[in-house]
Amino acid sequence: MWSFFHKFGSPPWLYRIAGSILRWLLPITLVALSVGMVWGLLFTAPDFRQGNSYRIIYIHVPAAAVALAGYYVMAIAGAVSLIWKMKMADVAMKACAPIGAALTFLALVTGAIWGKPTWGTWWVWDARITSMLILLFLYLGVIALYEAFDNKEAAGKACAVLSLVGMVNIPIIYKSVDWWYSLHQPASIKLSGDSSIDPSMLYPLLLMIAAFYGLFTCCMLLNMRAELLERETRTNWVKKLALAGRR
Amino acid sequence: MYFENLAAALTMDGHGLFVWPAYLIAVLVIVTILIRPWRRQRKFLRLKSAELKRQQGGPSSIEEVI
Repeated sequence: MWSFFHKFGSPPWLYRIAGSILRWLLPITLVALSVGMVWGLLFTAPDFRQGNSYRIIYIHVPAAAVALAGYYVMAIAGAVSLIWKMKMADVAMKACAPIGAALTFLALVTGAIWGKPTWGTWWVWDARITSMLILLFLYLGVIALYEAFDNKEAAGKACAVLSLVGMVNIPIIYKSVDWWYSLHQPASIKLSGDSSIDPSMLYPLLLMIAAFYGLFTCCMLLNMRAELLERETRTNWVKKLALAGRR
Repeated sequence: MYFENLAAALTMDGHGLFVWPAYLIAVLVIVTILIRPWRRQRKFLRLKSAELKRQQGGPSSIEEVI
């Protein structure tokens, strides 16, 4: 356990191990995303009430689920960076923010597109959508705060505090459909008990959720590798890597 | 395939106008978040390599020549 933390604190080890993971995870993720999209778009039957517009679920739900989970990852990395002063946790935290922002944006946009044929409106200020919009602002806030500081150590601390404070929004998003009146339906997929979605529609959805988790991991590792190189620009291992022309 | 032909898949009984753009936006977002860090890394290594080769091969700036 401690040896892992020791290794995790080593930038060249982290750079190398991230590269090794990406070599197999990235192709699997891309195949899963392609299969899931084609399956959801062309091979599942339409919903008896929503018709074909429900096919947006295969983008909207995975993007929203992973945007929320990504915030946990970012906040935990921020906490580790704040408590144990682990620089690699700071790198991980910074890597999460743009991916989370992009996925939250995707969830909001696809939600708006899905809302028009289903609810008759692009946007409504209900609890779920509003709290997701706040999530987008939190992600953007972390990105902006990082860029606002010249001192990157102080920037890391401020971003860690912001991401930890923002954690309060995550359970609100999860429970918003139960706590307040909302156009959103309650969760269709349940970990305990039967899901209210037909298996023929559920399997491609589960595949897409897994694929989006893979996507988040790949993007996070890619961001971390780029960040590590820039932070370690004066070290011998980065110089060797650059001269060797290796990616 | 659920749809009988390509035209039916594109129109989706009137919902194609919503479904296809949603998937197109998703593909664009996915490609962007994958490509950006990869390009950033490639650019860094290219510039770093050029900088190191310049340092090894002689004067790195016009001031040093003058």
